[in-house]
Amino acid sequence: MIAPPVQEKEFSLRIEEREPGDMTLFIFGRIAIDELNQFTAEVKSILDNKTLQKLEVNLGGVTYLDSAGALALFQIEEGHATRSVPVTFHDVTDEIKGILNLLDQKAHQIPPLAPMRKAPNILEQVGEAARLVLNDFYQVVSFIGELLIALVHSVLKPRSLRWNDVLFYMKSAGADGLPIVGLISLLMGLIMAFMSSLQLRQFGANIYVASLVAIAMVKELGPIMTAILVAGRSGSAFAAEIGTMIVNDEVNALKTMGFEPIRFLAVPKVLAAVFVVPLLTIYADFFAILGGLVVGVVGLDLTAYTYIQQTRNSIQVFDIVSSLIKSVVFAVLIAGIGCQRGFQVRGGAESVGTSTTSAVVSAIFLIIVADSAFAIILHYIK
Amino acid sequence: MNKDPIIEVENLTTRYGDTTILEKVSFQVHRGEMFMILGGSGCGKSTLLKHIIGLLNPYSGRIIVNGTDITAAGEDELRQLQKAIGVLFQADALFGSMTLFENIALPLSEYTDLSPEMIDRIVKMKLALVNLAGYENHMPAELSGGMRKRAGLARAMALDPLLLFFDEPWAGLDPVTAAELDILIRSINDAMRTTMVIVTQELASIFGIAQRVIMLDKSARGIIAEGEPKELKEHSGDPRVNNFFNRKA
Repeated sequence: MIAPPVQEKEFSLRIEEREPGDMTLFIFGRIAIDELNQFTAEVKSILDNKTLQKLEVNLGGVTYLDSAGALALFQIEEGHATRSVPVTFHDVTDEIKGILNLLDQKAHQIPPLAPMRKAPNILEQVGEAARLVLNDFYQVVSFIGELLIALVHSVLKPRSLRWNDVLFYMKSAGADGLPIVGLISLLMGLIMAFMSSLQLRQFGANIYVASLVAIAMVKELGPIMTAILVAGRSGSAFAAEIGTMIVNDEVNALKTMGFEPIRFLAVPKVLAAVFVVPLLTIYADFFAILGGLVVGVVGLDLTAYTYIQQTRNSIQVFDIVSSLIKSVVFAVLIAGIGCQRGFQVRGGAESVGTSTTSAVVSAIFLIIVADSAFAIILHYIK
Repeated sequence: MNKDPIIEVENLTTRYGDTTILEKVSFQVHRGEMFMILGGSGCGKSTLLKHIIGLLNPYSGRIIVNGTDITAAGEDELRQLQKAIGVLFQADALFGSMTLFENIALPLSEYTDLSPEMIDRIVKMKLALVNLAGYENHMPAELSGGMRKRAGLARAMALDPLLLFFDEPWAGLDPVTAAELDILIRSINDAMRTTMVIVTQELASIFGIAQRVIMLDKSARGIIAEGEPKELKEHSGDPRVNNFFNRKA
């Protein structure tokens, strides 16, 4: 029985010279992976200063040998073979013989079937990146087409839509996000008002803090901040949910049951986002103005009434409507890209992680691009 | 057969929430043995395995593995013990972002101070042992199911463990690949005398290579049979055991 009691951790070596140049190395105890370095070093130091013609290795005293230990024995043999010193093993028990026979001494000489992966050079990287971007563009465009068809179909036949799903996603993307959207907007309002008050106070223009907060929030920051938060909370969740369904073959199951995955999975999410993101935006505007109000009243000696009056005078209906239209567009982008990245998942769990990240990054990128476009368009419309 | 026990399970009770899965289960596994844990779906086979390898804590009872009571052991003791065991999970659990070489070299480079050349030789030797010589630069995703199982086995054996655990190693393999895996497991057990604990319901392999088995049952919440598989097939009076071994409904 070779299996070792753990406490027996030692090996010992003894060398005997029978005739000049003809030596026997006796090995006792346990030769195992945890003491392999020590073992090879000791063997080396014992044998190195000897002039050998022949070496016998006596394994009669070995109580435990594992495959790493067997490798050390092979190495003794190989090291001397290069110096034309024949090495033979003696008193080899059946158990040790079994291990030595099981292992392939020449395994390390077998050439690999595939070359080692090396990092691609810069040209390859650029080419690969370009291919990926093109491919991605193609997929996004075709997904937009499919999504539009499915959306039109759902609008024409509202009863075919899974309204329970829409309500569920409205809750998870909208209602569940109220605390974080509220908190962040309130803090943003506070910070904006505080920072601007430091400057405006010098000119006695305290009252314009209200205008600054209102205009910045309603026109730009409200829709953008809300959209970024929704992208982080819900866009990623949409991608992960659909991606996991792909990995588990659930999407294939839907297809074989005759459902269109996009209509079944993507449309409720997109519609839910379209309903809740504008509401969240107004909610965010409200909290930011509240934050500004707090600074105005506490720090700038404004009354709440004047602050609110100034806020009302600063924003126009056009601003609110355009910001709502913006947030509808952002909602479609976030939910759409989230679903698209989910459907892109191939392979295993790793791919779900990549697509979730990609959903958030792409959504934020698209939000900024769309916002820039809006800035120009709105300038000329007005 | 040496009767020196390497695993002793005493009065093990396991629960998930309020549901008792196993109640007062006791058995032993001997050193060098090929031991299998059998039973129908949901009987607690995998749960039992997870307890023995220290992934789950029991509700009550003791589990002694290689002299360490893992129910009372601290983090360090448990880690020491886990170096002496290897586990092949049902879904092979190879790290998908690493090549086969890196998968197998990971425990070697983390737990030993061997030189890179030595690790290289050990990894290639282990790959040859599981008939995957030359596949060191392949990614797990590039291999078939049977090859991945064998690569998982090579990784489980990287540190030459005293104990090897297998969770449903034959699941999803075709009969020929399954038989090849039988031969491989058998030859490793014969030569290295590694104790093997296998959770399975694969009858062909049970009769082919198991030395001793225990059979768990969901309603009994424990062991309903223990012994050699052929013995149980022919002489068990329990209809549940009979049906299992004779593949009857």
